[in-house]
This record gives sequence, structure tokens and C-alpha cells, in this order.
Amino acid sequence: MQLFSCPFCGPRDETEFTFGGEAGKERPEPAPDVSAEDWSKYLHRVGNPRGRTREIWVHHTCGEYFLMERDTVSHVVAGTQSLRGGGA
Amino acid sequence: MTSHRIGSLAAETLHFTFDGTRYHGRPGDTIASALLANGVRVVGRSFKYHRPRGIMGYGVEEPNALVDVTLNGITTPNLRATTEALVDGMIVRSVNASPTAADDRKGFLDRFAQFLPAGFYYKTFIWPDWHRFEPSIRAMAGLGRLDPRNQPPAQNPQIAAHCDVLVIGGGPAGLHAAQQAMGEGKSVMLVDDQPVIGGSLLSRSAEIDGKPGLEWAATVSADLQANGHRVLTDTTAYGIYDHNLVALWQRRAGQSDAQWRVRAKEIVLAAGAIERPLIFPDNDRPGVMLADAALSYLARHKVLVGRRIVLATNNDRAYPVADALRRAGAAVTIADLRPQASDGALASAKIEAVHGPKGVEAVTISGQRIAADSLLMAGGLTPSVHLYCQAGGKLTYDETIAAFVPRDDLPGIRVVGAAAGQYALTEILSLGGEPHPYAIAPAWPQRDAKGRQWVDFQNDVTVKDIALAERENFRSVEHLKRYTTLGMATDQGKTSNMNGLATMAALTGQTIPQTGTTTYRPPFVPVPFGVVAGRRRGEFFNPVRRLVLEREHRDAGAVFREYGGWLRPAWFGGANAAANIRREAIAARTTVGILDGSPLGKIEVIGADAGALVDYNSYNTLSNLKPSRIRYGFMLTESGVIYDDGVTSKISDEHYVVSCSSGHVAGVVARLEEWRQDRFDPARVFVHNSTPQWATLTASGPNSKALVAALGLGVDLDDAALPHMAFADGQFQAAPARVSRVSFTGDRSYEIAVPSAKAASLLAAMQEAGKPLDAVLMGSEALLLLRAEKGYVIAGKDTDGTTMPQDLGIIGPMQKRQNEYVGRRSLLTDNAQRPDRSHFVGLTVEGDTTLPVGAHGVETLNSKRRSIGFVTSSYDSPTLNRPIALGLIERGMERKGEVIDLVHLGQTFRARIAEPCAFDPEGARLNA
Repeated sequence: MQLFSCPFCGPRDETEFTFGGEAGKERPEPAPDVSAEDWSKYLHRVGNPRGRTREIWVHHTCGEYFLMERDTVSHVVAGTQSLRGGGA
Repeated sequence: MTSHRIGSLAAETLHFTFDGTRYHGRPGDTIASALLANGVRVVGRSFKYHRPRGIMGYGVEEPNALVDVTLNGITTPNLRATTEALVDGMIVRSVNASPTAADDRKGFLDRFAQFLPAGFYYKTFIWPDWHRFEPSIRAMAGLGRLDPRNQPPAQNPQIAAHCDVLVIGGGPAGLHAAQQAMGEGKSVMLVDDQPVIGGSLLSRSAEIDGKPGLEWAATVSADLQANGHRVLTDTTAYGIYDHNLVALWQRRAGQSDAQWRVRAKEIVLAAGAIERPLIFPDNDRPGVMLADAALSYLARHKVLVGRRIVLATNNDRAYPVADALRRAGAAVTIADLRPQASDGALASAKIEAVHGPKGVEAVTISGQRIAADSLLMAGGLTPSVHLYCQAGGKLTYDETIAAFVPRDDLPGIRVVGAAAGQYALTEILSLGGEPHPYAIAPAWPQRDAKGRQWVDFQNDVTVKDIALAERENFRSVEHLKRYTTLGMATDQGKTSNMNGLATMAALTGQTIPQTGTTTYRPPFVPVPFGVVAGRRRGEFFNPVRRLVLEREHRDAGAVFREYGGWLRPAWFGGANAAANIRREAIAARTTVGILDGSPLGKIEVIGADAGALVDYNSYNTLSNLKPSRIRYGFMLTESGVIYDDGVTSKISDEHYVVSCSSGHVAGVVARLEEWRQDRFDPARVFVHNSTPQWATLTASGPNSKALVAALGLGVDLDDAALPHMAFADGQFQAAPARVSRVSFTGDRSYEIAVPSAKAASLLAAMQEAGKPLDAVLMGSEALLLLRAEKGYVIAGKDTDGTTMPQDLGIIGPMQKRQNEYVGRRSLLTDNAQRPDRSHFVGLTVEGDTTLPVGAHGVETLNSKRRSIGFVTSSYDSPTLNRPIALGLIERGMERKGEVIDLVHLGQTFRARIAEPCAFDPEGARLNA
């Protein structure tokens, strides 16, 4: 079980968190102007990189979404950051 | 009798039986040491050939001595006799043997061994079907017997702990590391799988810090505990996981086993090493044992394993063992496989035969037959690197000690002592001095091996099986393992993997490092499932949510069922479900029904951007409601699929209450929260789930208005003041009470929400007020029936993972809404616009048979039958006196009036596609 550090609550077991999505994914809109391909990319395409990745996670205990940088191979967590600025 | 206890037998106070014979043992014995003390040689039969087997090891490495143990009438299967403490009154049975291990009926199988090579089953039982043969083969080659009564209560605690340094292994290396860490001011936890701390010091004499080894170990252990550090004995570290999490299995005398989950800043692996067997013909005879094990039985249990012992060795570690055995009175012949041997030992010894089918009688060494009752093997040590490898560590082969050792320390993980290939105390304790006296000359099996030479004792894998695998090109160790089952038994190859891969290396002409090892995975030893599951079993596995009024409902005769995670009254009045549901439904249509709707979501959205947030998360616009008004709508996923339906009440421009379905509360809160933080200014809108704080009781039916009026809530119930889809705030017993006119039955209904603490009083008041109106308590089943009569959809039951709002005929927002909302773009895709989508429709049954839920609508084109949808809800309507059904049917909305065939498990039905609403389509009863 991995150990993640919530920017608000500190280090907690992985079971307290859920993956929210890859960071930096913009929702294309307004809907009538969005091509089918762009929308499909937004819905289904994930980078799933090997190695360093930036992701959005949510800590259920406090309900806050935050940014986490981690390595998908070594599972090393480089750091976490509140989406409102400030880090931990 | 060969193996026996030395000295006085006065302490033999524990009674036990083995295969029906009574024996005695003493406190501190394991089952294995007690069996040896009583001279029992054959303790089991081998897995495949039913060969007689004796005890070979001392601890977790034991491949042979698996037993079923009955204690207090409950049997636990497949315990290792070497790791199980003897308890007075134990009934011990050998496994895979009948009637006893000593006289097993299937012993004849061994004579057919040449017809049972590796892969025999794969090759032989292909035709016509493996499953034909499986039962009898399983019965022939099997282990212990399962006891269906062995269902211990869920009382295994799971304890989370953390420390600076976790030391795994309480031998000299582990104790030394713990002592150092304590000296550096770190918090320490020391665990060992034995009942006593000391590791190798328990059997080998040493002097450390001027004290005898065991005394030193006890002092260090006591020091640790006196300084507030934890020392756990009888505790096995069985798995290492991400970010330095270690799982421990603790056996506690007189209590349930516990699981510890320890998060350590640093892990010190001092797990020691396990002795390897030597490979020679018939090396599996009872009485053939590891030399270290014999030493441990002597030092720790005063059990001498034989009187005339041959000790075969390829290294120096065996010599002190021989000395100790001799001091205890045994005659020991050392057969040294190396060319140079010490005084009195046979040099260049070759073990050519072991005589005695049910126990060693003699050994032929280099052509010379020597009478013996025991044959000990000292094949060198294999460091226990399991946890290191589980953590991702890579091994390197050390020629000087003929063993794989850890290559580098991992971040936060250090390997010390014998686990790191350091076998000498001077080295372990960093004392400097002379190099370790080990001098091993490995004697790996060769291609020309004669006779049957066992590599994996538990799975009956011999050198010939490995040679066969090599011939058939299963040369990679991973293939070798799966083809021959080498190392796949419950001992996970602790004594066999190294010999097996070395054999393959010798056969292929590769080096041992080129051949490599298989993957190490947790658990290190078999761990009881109960320890892993902990208390999350039975009703705690997935606990139901409970109503504030559960006791009141129970007293009123409710039968409970789970709905969306909530335990709710399904109906009232006892066993006759159909009659009671019918009674409740009829009463709710004719007079008034009282329903506990407390699990319905009450999610408050508050703040300047509250309207924008609820709009964005809704298919329908909600912010243009007038205050005190309610609107029904859908919440979609970004894929445009209906996630939930429900009503939203507008309290003010900056305050909404989202009432989602009871099973979706957590999910809806999560969605609102995600978008709040991702898209909106989180300082301008807040989401609060107040569902558990309010109890909701609903009165539904023609008499509901009269019932609510009698409660005196201070609310104007006139339909002009409080129309359908409006709410008003009143008071009940000086507490706030919100009265909402929403209906899930199609009849006039009032939902009354009060603080949970007032729930019981409100229920009592409603029942009292309902008496003259013939009110009934109504459970969820009647409610589901009434809503089905009205064709009201249940998201997730009448919709599936493809249903979009247009499939329910609700296309207004999609066509008219100009702003963004979740799922909007997905409603415009080609797939969403397909003409052949499945639509939500009613199904009017031809005849009086109720349709089975899940029955498929079918059509036959060119004599090919295909599904065109299925039944999602089906009831026998007491209101209409006929069956009703709802379903998702392809192009359903265009096919209304059409009669279709439906099939279910061989039965055929016919039904006419209709509007979903079968009762009061004008909605007149909402205001009746």
C-alpha cells in the first residue's frame, strides 16, 4: 500500500485517495464547437506515461483535490500540491 | 526407536495423538519436536508418489511434515508440524495418507513413478476432457481435509504501527542492528518468527560482549523493551509492500492471530538463511534431515534425532553439529563431499544409496555400506532474501559461499547477517578479525545422476524431472517451475529452488547467475485468510447503513432488505411478502401510506455560485426555479449517460438542496465536489451532505393531506399556497420541519423532513394522526411497485450504462439549453443520435403472467433471432389488476402498440409496447 501526502492532512494510506485524472487536461467547450475527435480525446485518451507523471487525486477524508507528481514505475512520490497554491 | 529425548522424561506433561496413537510431549515442543521425541519417523506421504516421509527441517522450510490438527473439535488443515506449538489434547493427523502415514494404501503409486514424469497429467488426460479425471486425481494427490466447521469468528485485529527502524529477525545480526538503532535514539521494532529471541544463538554457542550468546540476546531484547521499543516474538514478516509497508502475522497464545501493518522509515532485513539439502539417490527417506534442524532439535528440545548418524556435508558448518551430536551420545560419521576432510571424516564421499523404505537403516558411501538410523545433510546456506526481492531488490551470485545475495541496499531497506551472506559472528557484529570459516564446495546434481534424487520434496520433483524439462526445452527457470511444479508447493521451494536452478544450470551448461531465480512474491509463509481479512468479514465486510428508526420499524413488524446500501423495511407484517406488499400498495392508493424516506439524499449547495454549480451538474436548468419550488431532473456523466435522477429544491438564489436517490448520495456529492474545485471558485460555493442529519417521512395517498394537516406543522397546506413541486418550512415540536410536495407514487404526497432526533416522535405522531384515516406503514417494495405503475424510472435499474435522457424522451434541454453542462457534448455524438437506440417503454403483457425481469425482447430476421432489449422492472399491479412491466427496447418509442415476443430461460411471452405510465397518465391524482 502506497503512502500519499495530502497537502492538507499529511501522509496517509493510499486507500484514502482516489485518482481524479491526469493533470492539465482541458475540457473542450462549448459543446457545439467541439469536434467529435477532440471530445473523444478528452473522454478516453490518457497518456499513461511510464515514469514521472502529474495527476489529480482526491483525499476522501478532507474532500480536497490536489496535484501529485509521482513515478508510475518506482512509485516514488515527488510531491503534492494544493490546487489553490501552496504545497506539502 | 531412533530419535529420542535425552535425560529425564518427567516434564512430558502434554498429551497428543498422531494418526491415532497416544504420545506425550513437553511445553515448548513443536508438534515436530514432540513426534521426534517419541521416535515417530514417518509423518506423511509425498504429494504425488505417496512416498513415506519424515521430518526434514526445523521451521518454515519444512516440506514434508504437513499435518491436520484438531483442537477442541475444530480441524485446521495443512499445518507445518515444525512451526506449530504443541498444545495439550491435540489430535494430529498426517495428510495425503490413509489410514496412517506409516501404512498408506496408496503407497503402491511409487512403483509406477517412471510412468508419472513431470507434465504427465498435462500430456495424458487431455482427451476427452480433463474435468472427467480431475476429481479422482485430486483425491489421489492431495493435502489435508477441510473442516466446514472451522469458521472462526472475525476477531483477528489488524494493527497499524510505525517506527524509525523495523528489524526483521531476532538473531545476532538483527539484535545488533536494533541495539545500534536504539543507541542512535531511533524508535525500534524487532520481530522474530520464533517464540524466543536469539536466532542461530538458540542452537549454536557463541560469546558476545562477554556473555553467552543466548544471555546476550535476552539482555538486548529486555533493553529494547525497557526503553519503550517493541519486540514481537511468534511474528512472521510475510510481505513487503510499497513505501516501506511490512505485513506481519503475529500468533498470540490464547488469542486470535493478529496482522500488523508496519510503516518503517528503515527496514533492516535480518531474516537469516536456510540450509539446503544435498542431492543423492533416495534423499527423501524418513530419517534424512537437515543438519541445522538436527542441531536445533537437540539444543532447543533435548531431542537427539538418531543414535548412529551419518552427516553428509560440503562445508565446514557441519563439524560443530557433529561435535554437539557426539556430546549428546550419538555415533556420528562425517561424509565430507569435499576432497579434503578434517580428522576422522570420510573425504570425497559420495552418497550412493540410502537403505530402508520406511526409515534410514544404512547408507552406502563411496561403495561402503554403513549402518545408520539417520542421515543429516549440510548442503550450504541459502540466504532468506525473499522480502528484499519482494521490494524489488536484485541478487548477485557469490561464488565463495555458493549463494545468491542482495546486490545493493534499497532505499530504506538494509540486509544484514546471514540474509546478506554474512555467516560469521565477527562479520555480523562488525568485530573485524578472521574471515568466516565456511569453505563450501557446492555439489550440484549432474546430468548422469543415478536413481531418483529429490530436489523438491513437497511436490515430488526429482533431478530426472528437471532433466526432462530441459530436454523438452522448458529451460527458463520460470518455465521449469511451471512445467515441473518445482518450488510451487506450500513451502514455496525454500529448500529446493536453489538446488533446482543449479541443476538446470548444470544441465544447460550455463552458469548459475545466467540461469537466475524465479520471482519472489508475498506471502513468505502460508498466512491464514482470517489474518488477512481481519474484521472485514460477515456483516462487517460491507456494512449496511442503518435508519434512525430501525428499531421502531422492527417493532412494527418490518422485514428488512438492503436497498442501495441501506437496510430498509421491504414490507411490514411478516412472512407473506406478496400479500403484505399488495395490502400496503392498495392502502397507499386508497387511503394513505407512511414511508421512511430518510436515505434520500439531502445535499446542500450554498454560496454565490450555487446556482451555476447545480446547473452545470444537471441536464435541466435549475437556477431559474422560484424559491420554495422543486424541479425533477437528471445528472449525467461526461459520456452523456444518466447517472442519477432526483429533485432539487431552491431555497434561495444562494442555497439549493439536491435530493438524489439514496444509493447515489456519496457519488453525487463527489461529482459536485469535483466540479466545485475544478471549475468554480471554491470560495464562492460549498457542498454539504446533510443526509444523515435529517429524517424524512412521507405520507402518500388521497388522505395524505388530512394526515399532514393533523400534525399541526404550521404550514399552509392549501394547494394554492403549497402546490405540487413546492415546499414550505414549518415546525414540529419546536424543531424545523420542511414539508415538500413531491411524489414517487403518482398520488398526492408530502415529504416531511425533521432533524433525526425528532424522527421517532414524528413517526408516532403520523401513525396517531393516520389512525382515523386507515393509514398503513409502507415498505420499499410497495413504493417500487407504485412508482412502476406510474412509469417512473429508477436510474441504474430501468437505465443501463448507455441510457441517455433522449432515450426517455426528454429532449428539451438537449435542444434548447445554450450553456455548458456535464455530458452535453456527448449527447450530440453520432452514437447518441443513432435511430436504433434503446428506449424506455412500458410493456403491456398479453395474458396474466408477470414478465420475468431480464426477459429479452426478440425479433427474428431471416430465421435469425436477436435481442431487441429487455425487461427492467415487472410487477403484478393490484391497482390495475394486471401485470405491468417496464423495459429498454430498441426504437421503443416509435414502436408503441407493436406486439413483441419475449423469452426467458426457455419460456416465451408476448407484450405490447406502451407508454411507461400505466396508471393515471393525466396526473390527476397528484392533486386528488
